[in-house]
Amino acid sequence: MNRKGIDKEERSKLLSRRNVLKGTAFGLASLAIPFGTADASVWEAFFQKHFQEMNEDEKKRVVQRLEDEYAKKFGAKFNIKTTKAEPGVLFGYGLDLSRCIGCRRCVYACVRENNQSRDPQIHWITVLRFKKGEKWVNDLEEAEKYYNPDKVPEEGYFYMPVQCQQCGSPPCVKVCPTQATWKEPDGIVVVDYNWCIGCRYCMAACPYGARRFNWGRPNIQKKEINQETHYLGNRPRYTGVVEKCTFCIQRVRENPGKYPACVEICPVGARKFGNLLDPNSEIRYIIKHKRVFRLKEDLNTKPQFYYFFGS
Amino acid sequence: MVIMIKNLIIALKLIAKGSRGYYIWLAVLGVFIFIGATSYIQQLRTGLIETAMRDQVSWGFYIANFTFLVGVAAAAVLLVIPAYLYHFKPIKEIVLFGELIAVTAVSMCLMFIIADMGRPERAWHIFPPPFGKMHFPASLLAWDFIVLNGYLGINLFIAFYAMYKVSHGKEYNMKLLLPMILLSIPWAVSIHTVTAFLYNGLSARPFWNASILAPRFLASAFVSGPALMLILFQIIRKISKLEIEDRAVFKIAELMAFAMAINLFLLLAEVFKEFYSGSVHMAPMKYLYFGLHGHTGLVAFMWIALLFNITAFIVLLVPKTRENYFTLNLACVFLIIGVYIEKGAGLVFPGFIPGTLGEIYEYIPTALEMNVTLGIWATGALIYTVLAKIAIPIDTGELRFVSKEMPKPVHPVR
Amino acid sequence: MKNNTILCIAAFLIALSGLLISADVNATDMEKAIEQEKALREGKVKESYGIPKFFVSPPVFSEGMFPCSQCHAGMEPNPERRELMFHTEIAEGFDHAEEQRWCLDCHNPDNRDKLRLVSGKLISFEESYDLCGQCHGTIFRDWKAGIHGKRDGMWNGKKKYRLCVHCHYPHWPKFQGFKPLPPPENPRDIRYRKLSQDETPLNPLGDNQDYEIPLSKEKK
Repeated sequence: MNRKGIDKEERSKLLSRRNVLKGTAFGLASLAIPFGTADASVWEAFFQKHFQEMNEDEKKRVVQRLEDEYAKKFGAKFNIKTTKAEPGVLFGYGLDLSRCIGCRRCVYACVRENNQSRDPQIHWITVLRFKKGEKWVNDLEEAEKYYNPDKVPEEGYFYMPVQCQQCGSPPCVKVCPTQATWKEPDGIVVVDYNWCIGCRYCMAACPYGARRFNWGRPNIQKKEINQETHYLGNRPRYTGVVEKCTFCIQRVRENPGKYPACVEICPVGARKFGNLLDPNSEIRYIIKHKRVFRLKEDLNTKPQFYYFFGS
Repeated sequence: MVIMIKNLIIALKLIAKGSRGYYIWLAVLGVFIFIGATSYIQQLRTGLIETAMRDQVSWGFYIANFTFLVGVAAAAVLLVIPAYLYHFKPIKEIVLFGELIAVTAVSMCLMFIIADMGRPERAWHIFPPPFGKMHFPASLLAWDFIVLNGYLGINLFIAFYAMYKVSHGKEYNMKLLLPMILLSIPWAVSIHTVTAFLYNGLSARPFWNASILAPRFLASAFVSGPALMLILFQIIRKISKLEIEDRAVFKIAELMAFAMAINLFLLLAEVFKEFYSGSVHMAPMKYLYFGLHGHTGLVAFMWIALLFNITAFIVLLVPKTRENYFTLNLACVFLIIGVYIEKGAGLVFPGFIPGTLGEIYEYIPTALEMNVTLGIWATGALIYTVLAKIAIPIDTGELRFVSKEMPKPVHPVR
Repeated sequence: MKNNTILCIAAFLIALSGLLISADVNATDMEKAIEQEKALREGKVKESYGIPKFFVSPPVFSEGMFPCSQCHAGMEPNPERRELMFHTEIAEGFDHAEEQRWCLDCHNPDNRDKLRLVSGKLISFEESYDLCGQCHGTIFRDWKAGIHGKRDGMWNGKKKYRLCVHCHYPHWPKFQGFKPLPPPENPRDIRYRKLSQDETPLNPLGDNQDYEIPLSKEKK
């Protein structure tokens, strides 16, 4: 073909994003995508844009494709929401250390609500046990995570659950090389599971051990799947991507919205949740009336997760 | 076009020909590469669960090797500085082989990163828009992506441009080459600095979050890289007609001694600060050298590394032992092992031990991780072998390619 | 040669300044956070936390216990501290400021189906929080604001409250404790396993969607 014959428009078309990408990516992708399933949707998945770059139409198409994909995989009808943050809302969390009894109901309610892999096991919440009078708040070395007595609370111990603190200046977001994780306007730090490259830099950067990696393929029994999901929250994940607590974005980003699953399950009411910008919210009451602290404040991460002592 | 293909055939023929030892070497590398590739495919199929990395220790052996190799990649600089800034003639002749080490080391770095990724097929997400969504300048990993690939590009350009010109019997254009060489010096410093900052910037990991990290990185890099280089040079000298002056070797060894002195001093500064003040942040250091709560996985390795480094330092410092090839080579091997432990496992693992929530998970790489690692090292060795196989005869004048002005091909001697 | 050295230094400085810029990008995030914090602390609000409106149904009495008037209607009220012939398990286990208190300090002597406040006001068992609140004032205040005790529903809408006696048995109110759910797997035990759908472990929480801790009336 005569090179000069190609007009400007055609040339720019040739050089368009999709074409250039296709060329370079074909080779790479052929390694990772099994040939048996190499239909059109696989390519669509491969070239899927970053969530924040998608317009409403593109979001709809992607959601449709994902719902089909999940339907095939789990034999269930999924609902994937893409609800945006509501203006005037900044989520805050309170955890009453004088109440928590370390029963781990929150851990498993979270697993069920958020479709965490049962095997390999993924828990978003870690409950730490400390001996009363020993070092704890700055030196977590004495923490015990695997306690398993017949009855909690145990004499002489107290408990501190840790999960994503939804930092005001999150170190994980800062370090992500592809912007696959970011802070939403309502304060929730989210991950686009279709954009994460699995480098785990965010896990190294997180001071709270809150991020989890899908080391193997996530497995859940069909009957335990939660089909009510959010794109940035509890939709089923993939091998090799990072996930984390989203304050149950699929529940809380509604009007009216339910409490996060961990708040709802907590048998002793140690977990509190609300809007930091609403002066009448529970979380604001806590900040005003209780002695609150935030974990590792010396690191200046400004968590939106307040520990307090109810009494 | 025809000439290019002809030249390619000449080069391929040259690579294919060699002594028995050469073939055995290639076969051994081939086996390791095969094992590594199969293991990697296994890892792609089932995920990184095949490694011993877990949420508690989320980076492991791959990143440790990556870190060490970033250091090695600096080797070229150590040669370039005296060669071009001070016109130290004996080193100038072997600069090319240093550059090739840099090329190889950076390629291996990239391979280790790919091996460590959960979704390698999405690597293009790191490109700047409109392709990907590079998080520049906030993410140090984006910086690392730029500086490593840039360094690879610069060194490839310098090496291949020089080789191309020489192999066609032409003088290279210093006006083009010199700026590139000068650029490569700060650039080499930058790959270390950025890689060190990559760890350094994480306030969550007190072991890394110490400002001494970057200088120590540089100091140890100026030791391990040249050590590897000295051994390679001697091998090249032995198996080819290439002449490498003793003076050059000893000069490099001397520079290594200085670098090691700085490295040891910085280590001392770090050890003093941690153990004397005895704060919470002492834990990773204690884990390294004495073990923590009964976990002593790295203790033996760290003491070996320290012993090796000090021994090698003394050997390199004393002129008599420095200029004796037996003790010199021993020192080089010690340094490679010493820095490999110190800048690899000894740097990466304790960042995660104890973890941010105080948990101690002692990470010991799985067989699969070892296989993949070995495979990448073998690939690196193969890359260097092939590059050297072409570069040596070009440097000695045995190989000249055909060009338009000289249509009759001159066949290589071997 | 001097020029070259300067060139090197310049290149290095450019690289460094880039890093500083990157730190600056982060500063906007931080500013935002600080602003939000300020707004959060400055907000001056008149607080009025009334009695919440929505309750889950109160815990049931043991079978045959209510209404109390079934038995008590014909009995003469006796305020004396004594060996009880009936309600013996309550008397034995009684652990709620037992030195200072006896049955009729809370139970209304004349109409046993009601509770009685210190003021003499009679309240139903569904309003028992008023009784508890007489002593536990700060906890009562926290409870009204939704801070003490379990509460669920909508964070920005209707909330469901529980009565004090949902969690605290009034005669020995100390929380009784129970078996925790299993600890997480040790990282060493997390391995690749080829499990079929049915072999994948189930959630130990089971199907229990609205998990309530059974009120422990048995003293341990």
